[in-house]
Amino acid sequence: MRAFVAVTRRDLLLAVRRRSEIANPLLFMLIVISLFPLGISPAPETLRLIAPGIIWVVALLSVLLTLESMFRADFDDGSLEQMLVSPHPLALLVTAKIAAHWLVTGLPLLLVSPLLGALTHLNAATTVVLAASLALGTPVLSFVGAIGVALTVGLRRGGALLSLLVLPLYIPTLIFGANAVSAVMDGLPYHGQLMMLGAFLLFSLALAPLAAAAALRISMN
Amino acid sequence: MSKPSTSLFEATKLECWRGDRCLFSELDLALAAGEALQVVGPNGCGKTTLLRAVCGLTRAERGTFIFRGAPLDGSPETFRSELVYIGHENGLKSELTALENLRALRDIAAQRRELSLQAALKRVGLEGFEDRPVRTLSSGQRRRVALARLLIAQATLWLLDEPFTALDQAGARLVNVLVEQHLNAGGGIIFTSHIPLALTKGSPRQIMLST
Repeated sequence: MRAFVAVTRRDLLLAVRRRSEIANPLLFMLIVISLFPLGISPAPETLRLIAPGIIWVVALLSVLLTLESMFRADFDDGSLEQMLVSPHPLALLVTAKIAAHWLVTGLPLLLVSPLLGALTHLNAATTVVLAASLALGTPVLSFVGAIGVALTVGLRRGGALLSLLVLPLYIPTLIFGANAVSAVMDGLPYHGQLMMLGAFLLFSLALAPLAAAAALRISMN
Repeated sequence: MSKPSTSLFEATKLECWRGDRCLFSELDLALAAGEALQVVGPNGCGKTTLLRAVCGLTRAERGTFIFRGAPLDGSPETFRSELVYIGHENGLKSELTALENLRALRDIAAQRRELSLQAALKRVGLEGFEDRPVRTLSSGQRRRVALARLLIAQATLWLLDEPFTALDQAGARLVNVLVEQHLNAGGGIIFTSHIPLALTKGSPRQIMLST
């Protein structure tokens, strides 16, 4: 537990010191979302129709932008070696890193979701469901992404490969996340979709750290 | 020899590959408690790989490891809790201070001694630099921060990859003193270096790797 706290605290401290790490994905998301009214149509009906999809796609891309930082710096400066020779289970330390990653990228997205809802003319009830779907879905993105980063961190130019590996795995989260938001707009039940996201979260919480830890050992070999 | 030396660590018939090149095979090494072993050889002969194989970072193609008489296969946790590995990279975050770095590394390694972090940094000559970001330290000072881990770790086996890199003469003397203390306390050290280590008991045993 002490090691878990140590890793999370170190990563959060680093994020605070390099403020851009928190600000960049958020600004990216806000700017890209404000491009859609300019590019397609500022009409509220059109925006409402595409809002669930674009918010989720952009959330996915902004998480993808920050994924590589999860292990890259640790790989380069030798911190990762020290985690691997630690007597603590590597999966535990990896979970700590994923938790820190989510706190730095997923949580801010969640906090600005009311603003995203306002930008795309969503009503209050829809914005609540949007926030709920992001709360359940963005940790899944961090967990699943960690496996991809762990696999590609040993490669010099792993960036493009990382997107190819990870984006297909993000599809289920995208479908259920965006669908929950569209369902509530159409007055349809949306609990099933949120429950599916919750199931993805528990599933990835249980298995992704183990897979990422194994992948890191291979990458460091 | 008055007392029989107790074996601390042994590796037998070790074989390691880097890509499609065999670095070494049929390599045996044994380390007694209170003994230092220097790995020497030209660049690219696999010195670092040997150290990484011992601490489990690189998978050895073949070979067995024995720590305190028990083979290491199932549970490496006990072995890892008795191990300090200082590699080429210091494992420091440049945005964090020396103290923050050392604290995180101590908690990750789960090793603690009575010595406080401040005292350890003072011992390696970094008094007054505890709260400076590591980014602002020289490479020799960064190496000293990494070496401070040796002081706070309750570890038996030290694996040091080029410990003298970037150190000035005073730093090199400091390493000598730390090594000597550790050996007198019954610890073991495997290190790579091109610089001979001058111990009061004479030079350490060497193991030669060739390309």
